[in-house]
Amino acid sequence: MTAPTWPLWEVFVRARRGLSHVHVGSLHAPDAQMALRNARDLYTRRQEGVSLWVVASDDITASSPEERDSFFDPAADKVYRHPTFYEVPEDVEYL
Amino acid sequence: MSTSADATHLDAAVAAPRHTPETDATTLHVRYLLSLGDDALVYAQRLGEWLTHAPQIEEDMALGNVGLDLLGQARSLLTRAGEVEGGGRDEDALAMLRDEREFRNVQLVEQPRGDFAVEMARMLWFASYQCELWSQLTSSADETLAGIAGKAVKEAVYHRDHATQWVLRLGDGTEVSRERMQAGLEAVHPYVAELGEDHEAARWAAEQGVGVLPSSLTDAVNAHVSAVLEQATLTMPDAPRWHARGGREGVHSEAMGYLLAEMQHIARSHPGATW
Repeated sequence: MTAPTWPLWEVFVRARRGLSHVHVGSLHAPDAQMALRNARDLYTRRQEGVSLWVVASDDITASSPEERDSFFDPAADKVYRHPTFYEVPEDVEYL
Repeated sequence: MSTSADATHLDAAVAAPRHTPETDATTLHVRYLLSLGDDALVYAQRLGEWLTHAPQIEEDMALGNVGLDLLGQARSLLTRAGEVEGGGRDEDALAMLRDEREFRNVQLVEQPRGDFAVEMARMLWFASYQCELWSQLTSSADETLAGIAGKAVKEAVYHRDHATQWVLRLGDGTEVSRERMQAGLEAVHPYVAELGEDHEAARWAAEQGVGVLPSSLTDAVNAHVSAVLEQATLTMPDAPRWHARGGREGVHSEAMGYLLAEMQHIARSHPGATW
């Protein structure tokens, strides 16, 4: 690769109306508008989506693998957080 | 075999008329479709050359996508040309088994690949032309052609946008990018006017409601390109002292023979092969 390269962008595609945007991958582009176009060419070639978001990868703050134990393990034994302790009335399928 | 007999035979071959003087409607209809289809086919071939040569892999994909859109247009248009001709030639026969003089594309699309700025200049002009062309042809009296135009116009708008985005960035970028973008515009300029020339088949097609006069598109095409260049702080090149002509009648530049040799040699070496 020759330096300097274009910045990295994260791509989110909404497959259909009513669904949320889902992360599908990343790409390089010189700016946001070109990133959107590259995303169209790379990630919606086969009718994968009806809407696109691109976000500069630098703008994403991510949890780190070292924090995994303290971040996520404490939730493992707290079954009372799941909504499984009350009756769901009939015909309220999607509560 | 006697020499004089050979000479007579050759003379007869040379003297044989290539076309009847009055070109019939079917022939003109086919030629019009070929002029549209060959533009798309030949430019698709040139754009395919960018794979692995673009500035970034993302741009490889973008140019490849544009090329494949054009190839799709070419397939539909050549198929339609074969139907109208009624001689049993399909898209493959028309794409792979015609010789240089039978191709009716403008010389703009056959020119060898320049640098990226040259390509963006060529794409800006060609896609701007195709945007106007396809939006007019959606009401063609040839219903198949109208259908092809309806699909192609959306593709052309995207191609034009892609070129526009790059011309803006290169023109209004660094000093070097601006110089090279301006040089790209100068390089393609002698080939632009041919897009707006009213050739015989187009005149017939326009009269029949099948097609549109290329010259009627020129103002809109120029307006779009001028607006982009102005925003990009670039200058429209002066009218060239020489400009390309003859592509619609099968007269091509040196590059065309090499392009066809590369495009056609597999199909001709292995007739009817499939995989």
